[in-house]
Amino acid sequence: MTRALIALLSGLLFGAGLAYSGMSDPARVQAFLDLFGQWDPTLAFVMGGAMLPMAVAWVIRSRLSSPLAAPTFDLPGTTKLDRPLAFGAILFGMGWGIAGLCPGPALADLAIAPGDVAPFVVAMFVGMAAQRFTAFTSQKPKQAGPK
Amino acid sequence: MIAAFPNAMPVEGFIGGLLIGLAAAIMLLGLGRVAGVSGMAARATGIADSGAPRNVAIAFVVGLPLGALLIAQTVGAVNVNFPASIWPLIIGGLLVGYGTRLGSGCTSGHGVCGLSRLSPRSMVATGMFMASGFVTVGILRAGGWL
Repeated sequence: MTRALIALLSGLLFGAGLAYSGMSDPARVQAFLDLFGQWDPTLAFVMGGAMLPMAVAWVIRSRLSSPLAAPTFDLPGTTKLDRPLAFGAILFGMGWGIAGLCPGPALADLAIAPGDVAPFVVAMFVGMAAQRFTAFTSQKPKQAGPK
Repeated sequence: MIAAFPNAMPVEGFIGGLLIGLAAAIMLLGLGRVAGVSGMAARATGIADSGAPRNVAIAFVVGLPLGALLIAQTVGAVNVNFPASIWPLIIGGLLVGYGTRLGSGCTSGHGVCGLSRLSPRSMVATGMFMASGFVTVGILRAGGWL
């Protein structure tokens, strides 16, 4: 219960930050990516602002043996620079540029313009499910094959 | 306002960024996890079966629209402008969903959390999705679609 409340608070602040910073506006995000149009640098200020608390948080984290409200840290440990990372980032960047939306703003916009953002959110979950499905089918032959 | 960029909101952007960073810091120090929206969303819907505990993922994802609503109710109307056609939203959504899962993260996980951790994987991913976004929008502009 405590953990869900902390997660809710985190999500709430995250969504508030997205809406306050203008990042929930697809046109503004797309304008950041539009170097040859009416360029809007706001996204760079948002990233800069977000780095400060997180830079401090990573330093504090290095001095903690466990998080404050959970038994252990469960952080991404992969360091390999592999093809899925690169292809995934490229595909994500294409979609981000085409729609002006990434997952956070899309979900936050469900409260601001639900009808407008719904097609994106539905398509996003379809895309996520499709990735899981293709990951399964491409792994199966390897596991089953004689080696 | 910056004279050369009449639409820029540097102050609101920076303050909003601080809120986002604080949100991610609470997730990191409170629950020991990275506040990656794509991962949390996949976990909340059951598309991913590893990651954050289900209730944590659901609570975080529900918090996002509630936070936006809070701003709309207290600060004032949140201005959003969507593409006129539904197709950029559908095509963009499919690519964002597939790409973020394949690439293990989006603007929040790789961008906010990974860059501040100086994670090489996140630096590469963020550089690539930014570059891909710039090129994609550049092509859209060159083709007359913007």
